[in-house]
Amino acid sequence: MDEKKVRDIVVPGEEIVAEGKPGRGVFYEGEKMYSMYLGIVDVRSGYVNVIPLSGCYIPKKGDKVIGKVIDLAPMNWVVDINAPYYAPLHVNDVPWRVGFGDTGRFLEIGDVILAKVSNVNEMGQVWITLKEQGLRKLEGGHLIHISPSKVPRVIGKGGSMIQLLKDSTNCRIYVGQNGTIWISGEPDGIVKVIKAIRMIEREAHTYGLTDRVKEFLERGDE
Amino acid sequence: MMGMKSDIRLIDDNGLRIDGRLPNQLRPIKMEVGVVKRADGSAYIEWGGNKIIAAVYGPREAYPKHVQESDRAIVRARYNMAAFSVDERKRPGPDRRSVELSKVISEALTSAIFVEKFPRTAIDVYIEVLQADAGTRVAGITVASLALADAGIPMRDLIVGCAAGKVDDVVVLDLNKEEDNFGQADVPMAILPRTGEIALLQMDGDLTYDELTNAMEMAMDAAKKIYNMEIETLKAKYGGDVNEQ
Amino acid sequence: MSSKFTEGVVAESKRSYIHKLASEGTRIDGRDFDEVRPIKIKTGFIQRADGSALVELGDTKVLVGVKIEPGEPFPDTPDMGIMTTNVELVPLASPTFEPGPPSEEAIELARVVDRGIRESHTIDMEKLVIEEGEKVWVVFIDMHVLDYHGNLFDACGIAALAALNNATVPAERFGFGDDFKLPIMHYPVPVTFAKIGEWIVADPNLDEESIASARLTVTTNEEEKVNAMQKGLFGTFTYEEVKKSINRSMSIGKQVRKIILGDENGKEN
Repeated sequence: MDEKKVRDIVVPGEEIVAEGKPGRGVFYEGEKMYSMYLGIVDVRSGYVNVIPLSGCYIPKKGDKVIGKVIDLAPMNWVVDINAPYYAPLHVNDVPWRVGFGDTGRFLEIGDVILAKVSNVNEMGQVWITLKEQGLRKLEGGHLIHISPSKVPRVIGKGGSMIQLLKDSTNCRIYVGQNGTIWISGEPDGIVKVIKAIRMIEREAHTYGLTDRVKEFLERGDE
Repeated sequence: MMGMKSDIRLIDDNGLRIDGRLPNQLRPIKMEVGVVKRADGSAYIEWGGNKIIAAVYGPREAYPKHVQESDRAIVRARYNMAAFSVDERKRPGPDRRSVELSKVISEALTSAIFVEKFPRTAIDVYIEVLQADAGTRVAGITVASLALADAGIPMRDLIVGCAAGKVDDVVVLDLNKEEDNFGQADVPMAILPRTGEIALLQMDGDLTYDELTNAMEMAMDAAKKIYNMEIETLKAKYGGDVNEQ
Repeated sequence: MSSKFTEGVVAESKRSYIHKLASEGTRIDGRDFDEVRPIKIKTGFIQRADGSALVELGDTKVLVGVKIEPGEPFPDTPDMGIMTTNVELVPLASPTFEPGPPSEEAIELARVVDRGIRESHTIDMEKLVIEEGEKVWVVFIDMHVLDYHGNLFDACGIAALAALNNATVPAERFGFGDDFKLPIMHYPVPVTFAKIGEWIVADPNLDEESIASARLTVTTNEEEKVNAMQKGLFGTFTYEEVKKSINRSMSIGKQVRKIILGDENGKEN
C-alpha cells in the first residue's frame, strides 16, 4: 500500500473517528464527524471522505459519460445520463451544423452517445457536449450499468483494470463516469467482460481484486 | 385499536403474553438488503409474522412537474398492503388508512434525508406489506430506512420504527395481531437513533400520562436493539472479506 | 417546509421575524406560547342536521354537521353503533385547497379527529343498537372547512365534539320510538403544537404553521387520559418536548373543554 487506506464500512449517521479535515460524504454536527452514506471511509491527502457503496451518479464538470437520447427539441436533445436530472445537449455543442428543428436527423431517440459534462450549476442542472476529440455517437455494442461509485475500480489504477479486460477479450470498452459501460466485440468476449465487471462490482471494496480478475480471465470461469 | 371486545386473556398469571413474550420483549426480527435487483436500493424484513419488502427509486426528476420543490427532493413513500396480506382479503389499492400512513412515513423519512442536495427530484420509496401481523408501519419504516441506505441516499441517520402499547392494563412492547385487535392502546414511533429524535409519533387508545411515557420509553429502548440489527445487516451485505489482507 | 396547508414559498423575512418574536417569548399575534386563539361556538347552526356546530378558532372557521341514520352493524361488533368521520377542504376556504377527491391532508385530519373521538369512547355506542346484529344507528360526522387560517386539527376536533354534544338521534323520523339525545360519555379535546426553531407554541396560526418544522397533536379527555397523538411534518421532537407537550395539552384542553361545554348550556361564547 503506497498510501493509507481504511476500508471500514460505515452507515449513515455513524460517527467517524479519523484524523483529517472533512471531505466528501461526511457532515459535522457539534464537534463530531458523521457519515452521510453507507460507504467506505477513505483518508487521503489530509481529508476524510466516505465513498458511497451505491447510489446514483452525481455529475461533475469534465466527466465523460454515456447517455441515451430520450427526447428531441428544436434546438437540443434531452439525454438520460443516469443522474437525478436529464442533461440537455444543445445544437451548438455538437460537431455538426444542425438547422432549427433538424435535431432528429442527427440523433434519434434511443441513440447512445459518449459525451462530456461541460457544466453543472448549483441547482444540479447539467449540460453536456460532443465537441471534443473522441466524443461521439456509439453504434452497436452492448450497454450495462454499474454503481458509479465502483467506476474507479473498473478502470483500475492508471487504467490497468480496463486495459486488462480489453487485452484478454479483444473488446472495445468505454466506461462512463456515470456507471454506464459500452462494450463491443465478439459475443464470447462481451459475456466475459460482463462477468468480470460484475465480479469487480461485487468485490469492489476488497483488496487484491486485480489478481483475482486476472485469474478469472485466464481461467474463463468463476 | 380495533375496539373489539373479547374474553381472551392477553396476559397470563405469570405475566407472559399470548405468544409467550415478556412485556418488554420484541418479536423475532430478520432483515436483508439488496433484494430487488431492479431498484436503486431495497430491503426485506420479517418482524414477527410481518413480511415487508421496500424498494427505493431515485433521486430522479419529479413528475408531474408541479410536485417539484425548487429547494429540495420530495420523498414519496407509498405504503401498500397486498390483498392477501390479511385474513380477510383487502381490497387492492389505497384506502384512507394507507394514505395517512404513507404521509406520516414520508414525513418521517424526510427528516433523516439530506433532501436539499437534490432540488426538483423525487425519492420514491415503495413499501409492500406482503403479510401483516400488527406493527406494519413501524416495520415498514425500518425496512424503508435500510432500502434508502442501500440506495446510497445521503442521510443524517438511519431510522428505526418501534411500537408499544397497553393490553390487559399492562404496558407492553411491540404488539402482535391479537394484542392490537383486543388491546387498549398502541403507540407507534420512529426514532433517529443517534440523536434520539422522534420522527414519527402516533397514538390511539386510552392511556394515563405515566402509562404513555412508560410505553414511549419502552419503544425507544427497543429501538436501540433494532438499530444495531440495521447496522449489522447493512455491513453484512458488503462484509465478510472486507478487512481481509 | 411547504405542504398544501401552506401558501407555498414563505418569505424569509416572515420566518426570521417569527423566530425573533419567539426568542422574546411572544408571537406574531401577541399570544403567549400556550394561549389558544379566541373560540366561538354556534351549535345547532344547520337545522337539517341532527347535530351541528360552527366553530371559529381565531380566523379559522369550521362547520361540522352530524347526521344519524339507521344502518347495518359491522359483523364483528353487532352490539354497537357506528361512526364515520370525513373532512372536506373545499376550495373556497384557501387558495391552496383544490377541488377533487380528498387529499392526503384531509384524510389525515379526519382520521386524527376520528381517533380522538373513537378511542375516548365519546359516544356510547352500545346505546345505539336498534336491533342487535341487524340495525344500529350510524353517526356520520362531516367536517367542512370554511376559512383556513391554521390549525385545522383543533378547530375540527372542537367542532366535532360540540356538534356531537348537541346531537339528537332522530328515532321518530325512522319509526324507532322517541328521539333521544346522542349519549356522550367523554370529552376529548385535541391540542396542536408547532415547533418553530427551538420553541413550541400551541394552536399555531397560518403564519406559524407555514414555518413550523414539526407538528404534534395530543388529544386528552376530561379524566386526563391521552386518547390520540399525531406527529407531522419533516422535523423531529425530542422525548422531553413530547412529554412537555402532553402536559401542556392536558391543561390547555381543560380550558377549551370548558368553552365547549359552556356553550351547551345556551350561552354563546
